[in-house]
Amino acid sequence: MKEELTCITCPLGCRLVAERGEDGSLAVSGNRCPRGAAYAREELLAPKRVVTATCRIAPASGTRRDEAAPRRVPVKTSAPFPKERVPELLAEIYRLELALPVARGAVLLADALGSGVDLVATRSVE
Amino acid sequence: MRELRYDAVVVGGGAAGMAAALALDSRGKSCAVVDREPSLGGILLQCVHNGFGLIEFDEELTGPEFAERFAARLADSRIATFLGATVLEIAEEGEEKLVFCVSPSLGGLRIRARAVVLAMGCRERNRGNIRIPGTRPAGVYTAGLAQRLVNIEGYVPGKDVVVVGSGDIGLIMARRMSWIGCKVHAAVEILPYPSGLARNIVQCLRDFSIPLYLSHLTTSVYGRDRVEGVEVAPIEDGALQPEKSFRIPCDTVLLSVGLVPENELSKGAGIELNPTTGGPIVDSTLMTSRGGIFACGNVLHVHDLVDYVAEEARRAGLFAADWLEGRRPRKELRVKVGPNLRYVAPGKVDPSRENKLYMRTMIVKNEALFEARLDNAVVKSVKKAHIQPSEMLSLSLGPAELERARPDSMLELSIQ
Repeated sequence: MKEELTCITCPLGCRLVAERGEDGSLAVSGNRCPRGAAYAREELLAPKRVVTATCRIAPASGTRRDEAAPRRVPVKTSAPFPKERVPELLAEIYRLELALPVARGAVLLADALGSGVDLVATRSVE
Repeated sequence: MRELRYDAVVVGGGAAGMAAALALDSRGKSCAVVDREPSLGGILLQCVHNGFGLIEFDEELTGPEFAERFAARLADSRIATFLGATVLEIAEEGEEKLVFCVSPSLGGLRIRARAVVLAMGCRERNRGNIRIPGTRPAGVYTAGLAQRLVNIEGYVPGKDVVVVGSGDIGLIMARRMSWIGCKVHAAVEILPYPSGLARNIVQCLRDFSIPLYLSHLTTSVYGRDRVEGVEVAPIEDGALQPEKSFRIPCDTVLLSVGLVPENELSKGAGIELNPTTGGPIVDSTLMTSRGGIFACGNVLHVHDLVDYVAEEARRAGLFAADWLEGRRPRKELRVKVGPNLRYVAPGKVDPSRENKLYMRTMIVKNEALFEARLDNAVVKSVKKAHIQPSEMLSLSLGPAELERARPDSMLELSIQ
């Protein structure tokens, strides 16, 4: 069985053809780099996505923040995360309330939902 | 008015401005970056999704991460930054440029420099630009404005969304809105192919089962106080089919219908613009029609990857440093935009060194042949597996290809 996919590993968007052999093996063509073949395997067997979102900031006590300062902290998963569990992860992310300052790279949820993937801040916010 | 003096002023502190300033600094030039926002990074700060930096850093970053890495380099340099400062005018006085800015903390500020690098980026086309008829209710946003509201300011602009156009920002916002609990009902694209990257069609529309209507025109916006829906009609064989139109109910319309270089300051400075790109006409050193004023990034032409913006801006910074040292190309060749190409930037090459050219095609094609001809003789040809208007092409031409160029030679680029 032949399946056509578009690789989403990077913005080049290679058009991949994955062919399943009778023995269950998977032959991938159309990829311009090895990541394409890995993507096709993963996409057909266990799809994953990098999740990016933003988190709430805890209300500041005392001093008022500058009006121009960002009101959300952007975050991402440290690696691609199982696609079918993304809604669950988003619910966790939206429950967070971050105390400032937050440094870029700070781990906000370690081993999120037991996936082995961390949620990290992608911007330093003071 | 306070006055300061630098070798160069960079207008705009996004990816282009930061890369250009770092290049100037690396050549020992004193340099100031002026940006109207309170942080360096420009539009990258609201692009919280990933996909940035694959070329520049060899890893996949989000917009804020890409911005912070550059900002950290600026912090370690001698570059002066003026944030929250808006440039009002760029004027010339003899050999010097005068950049007038205002900011709440500094008041009026005049910066003198012998070189200026324009890096103001681009802005979004809006409803007026594409003339969608209908009422004028609340709930019509450009995709980038909605992105700012959601990602920086923490507001949700609506619940039931239709994206008009299929540019990358619109696609990214379709996913973003879905992930914050909104329902995205459709993306409507007038052309027969999407204008965003293939990966974004997959991960921003297909992942959420959002229908993409290609060859469909948004013919009307409905709603008195708030958007209530849009009317969409198919285009078949180039003709609109109004009898096949249908309505999509929604309370929010996000427009993702293209970007235009932001050149109000350039016009004020008397810089000649290219009507095709909307950006300044530049020579082989990315210098505009005003000597000493350079342009790079999205203010020059709209790029699809920030990595290309940074690469081009770095060159602009180095060329500005050359100008400050009195070094100019001895000879330049004009580049003719041949069949199936919309534009080539820059429009001139220097045959004595390597030249990096960026261009866009007008066609969608597999197995395309990309050719450079010098006086009708092919000097370089590159096969491309797939080309489309939304994906920028690049080509390098140097002494190897251009050594036989005479002063009146014609260099033509084309796609077959």
